[in-house]
Amino acid sequence: MTELLWLVVEKLVFGVALLAGIMTFASYATLAERKVASWMQDRIGPNRAGPLGLLQPLADGIKFFTKEEMIPANVNKAFYIMAPAIAAIPPLMLAAAIPWGDKIVLLGKTFSLQMIDLNVGILYFFAFGGIGVYGVMIGGWASNNKYSLMGGLRASSQMISYELAQGTAAVGILILAGTLSLRDIVLQQDTLTKWFVWRQPIGFFFFFVASLAECARMPFDLPEAENELVGGYHTEYSSMKFGLFQVSEYIHMTVASALISTLYFGGWQVPFISVENQPSIIVSLLGIAALVVKTSFFVFVFMWLRWTLPRFRYDQLMRMGWKFLLEGAFAWVIITAILVLAWPFYTTWF
Amino acid sequence: MAIKVSENKWKMTLGERLYVGPILAGMRVTIRHMFGKKATIQYPEQKAEVSPRWRGRHVLKRNELGQERCVGCQMCELACPADAIYIEAAEVPPEKRHEHPTERYAKVYNIDMLRCIFCGMCEEACPEAAIFLTPFYEFVDDSREKLIYNKEMLTEKVGGPIWYKE
Repeated sequence: MTELLWLVVEKLVFGVALLAGIMTFASYATLAERKVASWMQDRIGPNRAGPLGLLQPLADGIKFFTKEEMIPANVNKAFYIMAPAIAAIPPLMLAAAIPWGDKIVLLGKTFSLQMIDLNVGILYFFAFGGIGVYGVMIGGWASNNKYSLMGGLRASSQMISYELAQGTAAVGILILAGTLSLRDIVLQQDTLTKWFVWRQPIGFFFFFVASLAECARMPFDLPEAENELVGGYHTEYSSMKFGLFQVSEYIHMTVASALISTLYFGGWQVPFISVENQPSIIVSLLGIAALVVKTSFFVFVFMWLRWTLPRFRYDQLMRMGWKFLLEGAFAWVIITAILVLAWPFYTTWF
Repeated sequence: MAIKVSENKWKMTLGERLYVGPILAGMRVTIRHMFGKKATIQYPEQKAEVSPRWRGRHVLKRNELGQERCVGCQMCELACPADAIYIEAAEVPPEKRHEHPTERYAKVYNIDMLRCIFCGMCEEACPEAAIFLTPFYEFVDDSREKLIYNKEMLTEKVGGPIWYKE
């Protein structure tokens, strides 16, 4: 009984810490986005709020909360209010399945640095990633506005198209790792050479592109294509409801980057340092830091692409999703299977 | 008649159709700009350098004796395409005679900075070389009345340019 209580307390504390960490990371990602955008356009970017502009997310938050809130008369009120929350919660739930580290020893007890070690981790990920689009879709539909509706429809059809390619691209990892558990996948990548990206470069490429589309990031940000759809699904939203949509996009991006790092870049494994069987606090924290660094890098790449590329046309997006990415991912799965069967070195690898 | 089939010069190679190469080239450009020189001028602290010929705020010059050059001839008022200048000319009172080169002077000399289009026609019209435009360009104020500059604000102070200090 006390053990169960301890477990509840442990998970509660870890959950709150994880939530705070993800929210902080996501809000600073908004600042980073503006900074990266400025730098790439030869500007300096926000630097007035606090030293180097580091209090900008706080200022943004205060601004969002104090802005006048407009609810248009013809919206479906219940769904209109619900939509931002539905958009923000699934990406946060995804964070629970990511192994942020192996184990940490505190006060003589060993704690797992993963909220839930699901044996179907990747499936859970795709399931909740798919639910994430409901917020956008409901928001677009409930706004009772043709632009919002278009944004919502685009979001849902894009999500369906690219989820297939994303899931298929990840199958290569599953063939190699032989497990769906994210923790086991990380444990198998214990040296730099065993990172799955070296054996799955094409799979990684497909997965990355599909992740971009899943997060509705730049080359694929058609749900909010501002030059055609005003603001897309969030046209009718104001104040913190709009803020929540915005933050949920960054949370989604953070979590997607963390998943890419976990699947292809060894998760919390630090190159050249074996974290296994050394459950000291420093090594554990080093593991968390490694994952945060890898995640930050991919978040940066997402931004880098956003400020480099123009947007696809909608038919190009669909053609690419269905005629190139999906087929390519399937082909890569078959190639991986053949490699595993015909080339023994491919499975043992260094 | 044979139909001539022209070659499609926009046909892309496989590498181009995969987008990857061009995208990487684009990413190289953006990353280079990221660490490149920034164009921002942080305005209230830093100011853009303007040309010495910049047509900004007007100044009424004094001559080498420290007298007001303006004789109130109203040529600038006449030349002004925006009707921004208002002058009331009068005879110089005897006790102020030493401050003016002639008996006539501008008793009132107002320029409405909201009307002025900074074309420089007043400069060209002035026969006494009294009015000039300076490189000062910050005219912010909180009412229309305050942006009608009077003679005292426009006239050069003895011993220094006026556009630095109000």
